[in-house]
Amino acid sequence: MSRKPAAPTASPAPERRKFLTGAMAAGAAAVAAPAARAADEAQPGTARPSALPPSHQVAQAETGTPAEMPRVIGIPGSDFMVDVIKSLDIKYLPANCASSYRGLHESLINYGGNKMPEFISCMHEESAVAIAHGYFKVAGKPLLTLCHGTVGLQHASMGLYNAWCDRVPVIIMGGNELDAAHRPPGVPTFHSAQDINALVRDFTKWDDTPVSLQHFSQSFVRAYKISMTPPYGPVAISLDAGLQQEPMKGHGGEKPYVPRYVPTAPPQGDSGAVKEAARLLAGANNPVIVVDRAARTANGVPLLVQLAELLQARVVDQGGRMNFPRTHYLSAGPGVVGNADVIIGMEVADFWATVNGFTDNGTNGGIGENHTRIKKDTKLISISSVELNTKANYQDLQRFQVVDVPMAADAEATLPALIEAVKSAIGNDRKGAIEKRGEAARKSHAEARERTRQEAAIAWDASPISTARLCMELYGQIKDLDWSLVASEGNVSNWPNRLWPMEKYHHWLGRSGGYGVGYGAPASVGAALANRDLGRFSVSIQSDGDLMYAPGVLWTAARHKIPLLAVMHNNRSWHQEAMHVQRVANFRNRKMNTGRDFGPLGTSIQNPDIEYHQLAQSMGWWAKGPIKDPAQLAPALKEAIAVVKSGQPALLNVWTQPR
Amino acid sequence: MTRTRLLFALLLGAFAATAAHAQPASAERGRAAFIKNGCWQCHGFAGQGGVTGPALAPNPKPFAVISVFVRNTSGAMPPYQKSILSDADLADIYAYLQSIPKGRDYKSIPLLNQ
Repeated sequence: MSRKPAAPTASPAPERRKFLTGAMAAGAAAVAAPAARAADEAQPGTARPSALPPSHQVAQAETGTPAEMPRVIGIPGSDFMVDVIKSLDIKYLPANCASSYRGLHESLINYGGNKMPEFISCMHEESAVAIAHGYFKVAGKPLLTLCHGTVGLQHASMGLYNAWCDRVPVIIMGGNELDAAHRPPGVPTFHSAQDINALVRDFTKWDDTPVSLQHFSQSFVRAYKISMTPPYGPVAISLDAGLQQEPMKGHGGEKPYVPRYVPTAPPQGDSGAVKEAARLLAGANNPVIVVDRAARTANGVPLLVQLAELLQARVVDQGGRMNFPRTHYLSAGPGVVGNADVIIGMEVADFWATVNGFTDNGTNGGIGENHTRIKKDTKLISISSVELNTKANYQDLQRFQVVDVPMAADAEATLPALIEAVKSAIGNDRKGAIEKRGEAARKSHAEARERTRQEAAIAWDASPISTARLCMELYGQIKDLDWSLVASEGNVSNWPNRLWPMEKYHHWLGRSGGYGVGYGAPASVGAALANRDLGRFSVSIQSDGDLMYAPGVLWTAARHKIPLLAVMHNNRSWHQEAMHVQRVANFRNRKMNTGRDFGPLGTSIQNPDIEYHQLAQSMGWWAKGPIKDPAQLAPALKEAIAVVKSGQPALLNVWTQPR
Repeated sequence: MTRTRLLFALLLGAFAATAAHAQPASAERGRAAFIKNGCWQCHGFAGQGGVTGPALAPNPKPFAVISVFVRNTSGAMPPYQKSILSDADLADIYAYLQSIPKGRDYKSIPLLNQ
């Protein structure tokens, strides 16, 4: 696309033509493909398809060793791209290699010295995106990933959807041969599209298709800026092969430059709306704060504590991030919304389900029942930056909920103003009632904690091992470390959030966002990569089904010496689905067909059981299992932790109860 | 029929079903039925419960209460009609739940007192 349209006989971009010819010259392809192309160009009326299926020779050329190529004269365009990328201090580049970005790949590792960014070899594009996803939630900085613009982006798409729903910035660039007239036939044509970004446009914040190096530099910095302006989100850039491989040229007579990145200030709530919210909160008898991704950074946690203590308001942390310390006496379960007269939701992904309930009981023609969970006159306030970034197709906005004071703004950026407004709005006559509310909250918090511990004791000695025992044995071994629970996919009855003293932002990183299974293993590796640089200890509770979507990420962790303790919640099923199928069978009054398995056919990972410890060992991990006796857990954890402390990943394959 | 009358009738039916059960209930068969019929999915193999379902054991609620609930629930748990879970199986499952020993007090578990 950087080249001007040219007559077949002219040669305005000789360097690239020679380069491509050279690259494809191995074996017979060098004879057949260019010759056929030349013939086509000479006879424009010939009815031949513009893209041919890959012949044996073409495929061989794609996968074989390129013959000696003529040198590119001047500075390769991809070297300039590296200069642009380096200007943004992107530390790592998790990616699966692909020929459509070979020019940039070569520049990154040779011209760029494989530093800032450092290539992290991945076995699947979905893993690469999820590594970037997990990394951001610890480091607060986005990573870049590269892929084939078609097949690679298709692999990456679920990871991007998770990042979109989880409001996480990821920069993805897909290699593409834009110029159909010069596009090599065969595999590179299969790997090209007119508009590669269309595939992910519904769940990326922005995308572009640069057609010059200057356009690239502006697009890349713009992409970074957009992805890092709340609400955060993934962005996509189409990376033309021609731009990468051709020598750098002036743009309109000027040398391309690298634009300076200046962060955009996050959007704050309107001052009038903030004042009204403060008035409602200050005057409430029972205000409740509901948070999901309110703490966009670690700074959000003390701000939320300040607001909650000012109002002595109970806080429901829905867990999109570690927003509010679980040990705080104002931390409460979701049921407290029932008695609230004012509820403020901050970056809540699903406000409807926060104040309404849904029972999937097969009634109403199979659609189930809805019911309100709050009092009729409860006032609702919302601060959500997601309102500033809406798209039509995917339904991550959830059901529509009427809110009395909605603010399209970033919650963390709005909190300082809201705190000041609440301070001003609280009259002296309210202070006694507010203090009394705090005393009641302390008592309630202590009672709830006792109940939770008693529940955890049930089936303490069971085999398979109870999820409560799994979590508490694990916590017992890491409690004195600067730990970070980097992922807890599957479902362990939320024991870590109920029993571990989650207080620091990095103690809990939230979930996948879009509930696309397969996030846990690679996101853990990405988060552990960031924690490695910060000297923290990373632990994941790794479910079995999640690991098997792309287990090659285990190799990536071993290859790059990323210390991570993965303790498996191996319940030998895709258990959520087992319950769904069972539910439907009961509604239809049919006896369940389980075959040889425990759960409904198609939902179990049994017969044979997967030896995850052997899988991990085969890819360079220290691993042990299967552990079925709870008494064996503590000694195995001690061994594994010693390995992780030495800088290696370790996995324990633990057979667990379903939930 | 009022709610109270309906509940009484249902409880009576549950009692009659138990009385008519020819074979004594078996905890061993009950464990197998507990697994075969998917009860473990939400309540755990030891009936300990979790976020998806409440604890059923130790100290299960009276059989009549459980029986009525299992047959007629319209809540989050799907109902089990007799055609998919026989009275005999339900009685065996209850025997299994009764056989599950009381767990330890959390105060005696150091890991729950950290």
